[in-house]
Amino acid sequence: MSSVPHPLAPELRAVNGRELAGLILGLVIVVSPHAGRAPWWLTVLVLGLYGWRTLIAVLNMPLPPRWLLLMIGAVAMVGIRAEFHMLFGRAPGIVLLVLFSGLKLLEMRTQRDALVITLLCFFLIITNFLYSQSIPAALAMCVALLVIVTTMVGLSAPQRSPHANLRTAGLLLAHAVPVALVLFLLFPRVQGPLWGLPQDGYTGVTGLSDTMSPGTLARLALSDTVAFRAEFQGAPPPQRLRYWRGPVLWDFDGRTWRMGPTVFAPFRPPTGGDARYRYSVVLEPHNRDWLFSLETAASLPDQARFTADGEIIARRPVRERRRYELVSVANPVPDPREDPFVLQRALRLPEGFDPRAIALADEWRRSSSSDSQILARAIDWLRSSRIAYTLEPPLLGPDSIDEFLFDSKAGFCEHFSSAFVFLMRASGLPARVVTGYQGGDLNPVDNIVTVRQSDAHAWAEVYLRGRGWLRVDPTAVAVPSRIESGIARAIPEGEAVPLLMRRELRWLRSLRYNWEAITHKWNVWVLGYDPQRQRDLMAFVGIRDSDWRNLTAALFVVLGVLVALLVAWSLRQLARPDPVQRAWHHFCRKLGARGVRRAPSEGPRDFSERAARSLPRAREGIQRIGDLYLALRYGAEAPAAKIDELRRLVRELRVT
Amino acid sequence: MIRSLLANPRLANWLYGFTPPERGPVVLGHRRVYIVPTRLGWLFGASLAVLLVGSINYAISLGFALTFLLAGVGLAAMVQTTRNLARLAVSAGRVEPVYAGESAQFSLHLDNRAGFERPAILLRHLASGAQRVVSVPPIASTEAVIPVLAVRRGWLPLGRVMLETRFPLGLFRAWSYVEPEARALVYPRPERTATPPMSAGSLPGAARAQSSGNDDFSGLRSYQRSDSPRHVAWKAVARSDDMLTKQFSGEAAAELWLDWQQLPASLGTEQRLSRLAGWVLAAERAGALYGLRLPAVAIAPDRGEVHFSACLQALALFEAP
Repeated sequence: MSSVPHPLAPELRAVNGRELAGLILGLVIVVSPHAGRAPWWLTVLVLGLYGWRTLIAVLNMPLPPRWLLLMIGAVAMVGIRAEFHMLFGRAPGIVLLVLFSGLKLLEMRTQRDALVITLLCFFLIITNFLYSQSIPAALAMCVALLVIVTTMVGLSAPQRSPHANLRTAGLLLAHAVPVALVLFLLFPRVQGPLWGLPQDGYTGVTGLSDTMSPGTLARLALSDTVAFRAEFQGAPPPQRLRYWRGPVLWDFDGRTWRMGPTVFAPFRPPTGGDARYRYSVVLEPHNRDWLFSLETAASLPDQARFTADGEIIARRPVRERRRYELVSVANPVPDPREDPFVLQRALRLPEGFDPRAIALADEWRRSSSSDSQILARAIDWLRSSRIAYTLEPPLLGPDSIDEFLFDSKAGFCEHFSSAFVFLMRASGLPARVVTGYQGGDLNPVDNIVTVRQSDAHAWAEVYLRGRGWLRVDPTAVAVPSRIESGIARAIPEGEAVPLLMRRELRWLRSLRYNWEAITHKWNVWVLGYDPQRQRDLMAFVGIRDSDWRNLTAALFVVLGVLVALLVAWSLRQLARPDPVQRAWHHFCRKLGARGVRRAPSEGPRDFSERAARSLPRAREGIQRIGDLYLALRYGAEAPAAKIDELRRLVRELRVT
Repeated sequence: MIRSLLANPRLANWLYGFTPPERGPVVLGHRRVYIVPTRLGWLFGASLAVLLVGSINYAISLGFALTFLLAGVGLAAMVQTTRNLARLAVSAGRVEPVYAGESAQFSLHLDNRAGFERPAILLRHLASGAQRVVSVPPIASTEAVIPVLAVRRGWLPLGRVMLETRFPLGLFRAWSYVEPEARALVYPRPERTATPPMSAGSLPGAARAQSSGNDDFSGLRSYQRSDSPRHVAWKAVARSDDMLTKQFSGEAAAELWLDWQQLPASLGTEQRLSRLAGWVLAAERAGALYGLRLPAVAIAPDRGEVHFSACLQALALFEAP
């Protein structure tokens, strides 16, 4: 055996223009979502590298020397290091991969390099999913996959038309879908992560934070991003009752409210209440450990703990979409028991801030006989204060509470709640700030409440001796429409409200409701498919206590069936002879029945001549069939009309 | 190691699943089509493993979907790669005889009886390494010509041919071996000294001169120094390397016997055959009536293509095993 190189060997064949075009198209689709996240200069550089390679192909220039590419790579790496302050995090790693795609393209000579780039594309696709796994992102990546697979087909079959390659690629992907579905459902899922994630693994998610200062919620309220979705069994609570409890803030330094230390407590379900709501929440990852619950939670989700101030805390920060079940009660009877140290903490105020607010609180204290009277006076004062509700609050100086209450008289919910809790504490009532979300959009299509960052809210809780903690929403007191009908009505005309929050675009809303319903299904069934869901599915089909062993067994059985089907498909295609051949076989069978059997070595011409001699009555037909068959089988063309004629002749042949 | 094992014909036959050579069209059954991943295939598999680990680590649902979809693509590609060769019918066509030292052009017909195209099939002649890439359209047949260098005279069997494909993705390599019954007749390499068989005196054998007029053109023969330049066939010379002389009926057209026995005893068998082949060539070109006498065979004097082929075949197969 000699070792002549294979003419189709990927390390030998140069890449042609069409293959290059396919590669660049695939790369552009795959890289474009990164363009918004990568530093702008890198995007420009990488596009420039693609353009350079295209130019080289068009003008038939030599490829740049390797040292030049290494230099470009080194300079770009220094830039990335400067931009991200590291090289091996998640974001810089992805940017490096994008850069590498451009450099690899420029040193691509042979098919083997091209194939390495196609593999690189697969990695770039998955890096996109780190940022967005939405339906449009998935569709875009499907298009990219089709382009890449088409290019791969083209690489293995040169001189084939792109159209035929596209068809082959489509066929391959169509065959892959059932296999992928089975693997997706049955492949034993492991709860990640397998190892420590890079430090920057989860930056860039929006959501409530553990602190609140003037402006933080107003900024958050400009975001349309979904915080979570809740699916109620039965009717959801009305808008004004939809207070979703998040972090509770205790400590104030004159400007910023903080959570302070978390105190875990055994869960005590509330007593009494108007209505019970059973619902499940699909929480978007927010990289914090708190879970949101409708006030007041009457059950605790799995893998979560309860704190003394009524927060629900997950064991780990929520870094992937998480689903949990809850029961809540509206307006329960408050529990009057409370730790004196906690109440002490709920009265603490920073020294030397906001003298006017303190004076106002002192005045209430002096002129009231009870705590509830102080509360009533405060609410009355707020209602008549004519403070405006705005998404664009003016900047405040060091005495932020005073300036808000008496000077600027305009603010967002963090201003209201902060000032109110300050006034309560100053007048001797224990109080705390509760942050979370208020309201949420009820989708009439699937009855799911979608809560967005723009629903972020802060309210107050005041402790009345003998009664317990009571919710007071100062924003609702001052601007009742905020709670009754949502943020869009409460904000004055002309201010920037997130597009989807606007009232006038009704058709847009209905479109959005349908889209939201699809998105929710996608989130729950595709993106939220985790070990738990897998166990549920297995239990549904009757396999209880599924573990990796019976999952693997089931996987192999189903995959085996699929592969058998695939092979059967290819065999069926092979076994089906063409119409000409079928007609000829029919002809041979007909003659065979009359005793004129074709010898294995006998050619069609000899056979038809012999048959014509031995069956003189059918001579003419036999000869015409023989001639037609020879023409169709060995001629240059096989027109459909001739094939039909052959079939008709064979059918009508009478050999009796 | 494996190559030396494959050199053992019995082992190879058992391994390849057929006993060569095969008569008639050879249909590549599934059992004869082998498939293994290529280097790219292994790399693809390794990439899938990395994608899977990444998906688990970052809990990316669509990462799982991508990984599994690509795994499905790999599986479908494996089936399609096999399908690209399976049930392909290979048959050998006619081969023109050649002189030793030339390449025999073996033609193989690949007959695709299935309703899909079979692109990018490589045919490689194992003994010589000659290779061709062909595509076979649906329900059609394609001819591939494989040149095989004929080293020695006699019958040259085609030998084993490997059919290989990496279509559609290059992740897998499917191959099969065929050894259709095809052989080319290889004439001895004709000696180019072109000892003139025409000069009656110097030639052994009975040469009988014929006398006729000087005007009728009767053919061409090799140029001899004594020929007049006026009789050189310049047009024919321009087409070939040999100097040719126009021969007229008036000249001596001889009936020659090209005889093995008359050659110098110092010449070996192959050299004798080479010289005889050269003479046959020259005699035919000259339009002479010539006969061939070998130790076991004698061919009566004649001329023309059939006679010429018969003489060369006798030389080619002289004492052939």
